[in-house]
Amino acid sequence: MMPTFPFSKNKPDQQHTSTIFAPSRRDFIKISSLAGGGLLLGVSFQCTGKGKTSTFSPNVYLSISTDNLVTIIAHRSEMGQGIRTSLPMIVADEMGADWARVQIVQAEGDEEKYGNQNTDGSFSVRMFYEPMRKAGATARHMLIRAAAQKWGVEESSCTAEKSMVVHAETGKSLTFGELAAEAQELELPDQESLQLKDSGSYKLVGKDVPIVDLEDMVTGKAVFGADVRLDGMKVAVIQRTPVVGATMASYDDKAALAIPGVEKVVPIKGSGNPPGLNKPLEGLAVIAGNTWAAIKGREALEITWDLGENASYDSRSQMESMLKSTLAEGRVRRNRGEFKTAKSTASRVLDRSFQAPFYAHATIEPPAALASYKDGKMEIWAPTQHPQWARDSVAEACAMEAADVRVNVTLLGGGFGRKSKPDYVVEAALLAKETGMPIRVQWTREDDLHHDFFHAHSAQRIVATLDAQKKLSGWNHHTVFPSIGATSNPEELHPSDGELGLGCIDFPFEVPHIRIETHESTAHTRIGWLRSVSNIHHAFAICAMMDEIAEARGVDPVEQALELLADDAKLDFAGEIEGDFGNYGESLEDYPWETKRLKNVIRRVAKEADWGKTLPEGHAMGFAVHKSFLTYVACIAEIARDESGTITIPEVHYAVDCGIGVNTDRIRSQFEGGAIFGTSIANTSAITLKAGKVEQHNFDGYHLARMPQSPKKIYVHLIDSSRKPTGVGEPPVPPLAPALANAYYKLTGKRIYQLPFSMA
Amino acid sequence: MKTHTLTVNGKAQQVEAADDMPLLWVLRDLLDLKGTKYGCGQAQCGSCTVLLGDTAVRSCTLTVSQVGERSVTTIEGLSENGDHPLQKAWIAHVVPQCGYCQTGQIMNAAALLRRTPSPSEADIEQAMAGNLCRCGTYNRIKEAIQSAAQ
Ligand code: FES
Ligand code: FES
Repeated sequence: MMPTFPFSKNKPDQQHTSTIFAPSRRDFIKISSLAGGGLLLGVSFQCTGKGKTSTFSPNVYLSISTDNLVTIIAHRSEMGQGIRTSLPMIVADEMGADWARVQIVQAEGDEEKYGNQNTDGSFSVRMFYEPMRKAGATARHMLIRAAAQKWGVEESSCTAEKSMVVHAETGKSLTFGELAAEAQELELPDQESLQLKDSGSYKLVGKDVPIVDLEDMVTGKAVFGADVRLDGMKVAVIQRTPVVGATMASYDDKAALAIPGVEKVVPIKGSGNPPGLNKPLEGLAVIAGNTWAAIKGREALEITWDLGENASYDSRSQMESMLKSTLAEGRVRRNRGEFKTAKSTASRVLDRSFQAPFYAHATIEPPAALASYKDGKMEIWAPTQHPQWARDSVAEACAMEAADVRVNVTLLGGGFGRKSKPDYVVEAALLAKETGMPIRVQWTREDDLHHDFFHAHSAQRIVATLDAQKKLSGWNHHTVFPSIGATSNPEELHPSDGELGLGCIDFPFEVPHIRIETHESTAHTRIGWLRSVSNIHHAFAICAMMDEIAEARGVDPVEQALELLADDAKLDFAGEIEGDFGNYGESLEDYPWETKRLKNVIRRVAKEADWGKTLPEGHAMGFAVHKSFLTYVACIAEIARDESGTITIPEVHYAVDCGIGVNTDRIRSQFEGGAIFGTSIANTSAITLKAGKVEQHNFDGYHLARMPQSPKKIYVHLIDSSRKPTGVGEPPVPPLAPALANAYYKLTGKRIYQLPFSMA
Repeated sequence: MKTHTLTVNGKAQQVEAADDMPLLWVLRDLLDLKGTKYGCGQAQCGSCTVLLGDTAVRSCTLTVSQVGERSVTTIEGLSENGDHPLQKAWIAHVVPQCGYCQTGQIMNAAALLRRTPSPSEADIEQAMAGNLCRCGTYNRIKEAIQSAAQ
């Protein structure tokens, strides 16, 4: 199975439709271990490609038991985005269920049962909103029908609310539980004529609903990756290759085995070069009765490595050569007009280069996974964003059938893209199979920072031209960074169409001459996707450059953005883009690129932040606007310098159009968290490599924004919308760094061309 | 390997552990108290915070032999029914996102309130600066501490 990248969920020529069906009780019991009578429904999700139809596969189950409890199986991974709450909310609201009588059960990783479970790319709500509504509406119709038949009244005179069907005229009522057995005997209503509620009558959707795991999380009961215990379980801590692609020449484990508690030392064969996205690195595992013994055992290992070709890699010198490469002509990926003419007739040319470093995910929960192998079957417990890919990768590595591998998903202590790669799950599985013992692989923080799938470092150069009237006449954007694809295929030297689709190729402004070019670079470490992916560096360069252009033109940056978005239009970039414009896996018909919606968030954020107001001495504001994951976002950051010279961030304002907001509290919390994630990207974090090795080891080298450095107030202004819901996990991140950089310029007169920049 | 006697959440416990085993691993691996989390092992992130007497400590760098007579309180022992004022405030403000760092945040905040019952915003920032949250819940943490302090 191929990895699904967050930005290529499905080809735009594919269509999704959903179907509700009545599963057999036996199937349901198999998946959920929930038995008993009552109403049982499945939602299947069909994907139709060009000319072919894939087979139905049930995605989600919902049941109503005779004791009036609604059970919804959550098939997406929870990693802080609140999805275990948001998707069931949609179902419950359509049904008219009492939220207090809804229970949520986490699904194991199984594509046949649940369809695609990859929780990545900010697309869960986007993709499942309609199917969830239909499932809820189907259940409601059946329950109402059962009641109406019983009472001999019209269905249309009954309503479902608070897990009860009520007939207002007679005052009769029955609970869902009392109706469940009869409803189960009825035909499924016709999907086409299914009446969905209008969004105005929702009780949960569009409101603030507390997340379902809240109490467990504040009492220490929540179960994360390292919290599952099995009888006889051992802990493995692994010394992995310090340089990607290196192999172990020899090792001495005597000292390690002498540590009390250490039981075994087991080598793991690595993937070599290229490292791949789902394979373990070469390593030596110390297996012990407790975590501390395993950690000490690892320290005592003596290993000689054949370091291989990446041992001479230096990220700083690659940055130098990437920057240099942008001075030459590259491969043209988008062209409009004739940029060269614009340049030769320009009244002014601005030519700027931008750099951003490698970033690590640094989830506070480092990777961990537990595997148990018995009688030819493997069972896994892991905090994974992509349980099916984990299952298939385990099956492949252990030479097993996927059907013999079961992956249970725990809560994730942060994901951000790291935990979609299953390398750590495969490690646990290999060790469990080899030793016959249940093994929990525990990564330390050092392991996590040394062996991440990093966000690629990048060099960009933007050349902008102004004509005689000081209008922006030309835009020439060069971008170069090691591609994610190169982690499995070293021939991939240019950023892919997918990566360019992340905030670069769809430059939306009305400029007569546009030329976007890429250059070659190679990967010498594992590259992966990190919350908002290439949007991070693209938005930084574009929004910082636009600010500088506005200054050169003597216009306000907010006014300039509105001016350059010109008339309301649906952008299709027709005839300009070489290759595919991904549009996050959606068609432009379903999710058009609308300048009107972008202008709308710009106006809103300017109004809410009172852009242009007189600020106190030592304060400044910066503006940035960036659409990603189909969500329109504008951002204004305010910074302030105190007497001691320390700069803080008193306020950040976001205006957001993400279509219908399902759980508004979790949308806001994603933007609050995104602003702080963005602050780390802007101000504190960077990974560098020397002699092929990562130079940062823990949080004293790879810094994250702490409370005092983070924005003190984060305001999230949601546009009231009835459009299809779009992503909210990633879109807050891209505009934050450039908004801060632009504010920093206003305060200090220093332009920022390189991330991270210290404001201290 | 040596037998150590610890008082954890009001109960005397005996564990067999190497002298240098950090309290974090004693709690998680030997006493099955898994609410205390590992995040860095170097006193950099605060996810392993517990109380030693009334003081917040990073259990990842405090060895079992250093604990001595002092009583240890973990998230499991902070309140009987999960109803410590901070836990209630955390729920009211829906603070957690992924939740992983939150037990450490709450324990650190508990020590702050024992020391400074009405902390200023600056006090909170200073006291909580050692606790990382990658999901970015700092502002709600601040609000929850403020409302628990009232
Ligand atoms: S694990 Fe102890 S401070 Fe991070
Ligand atoms: S809530 Fe996820 S790290 Fe704090």
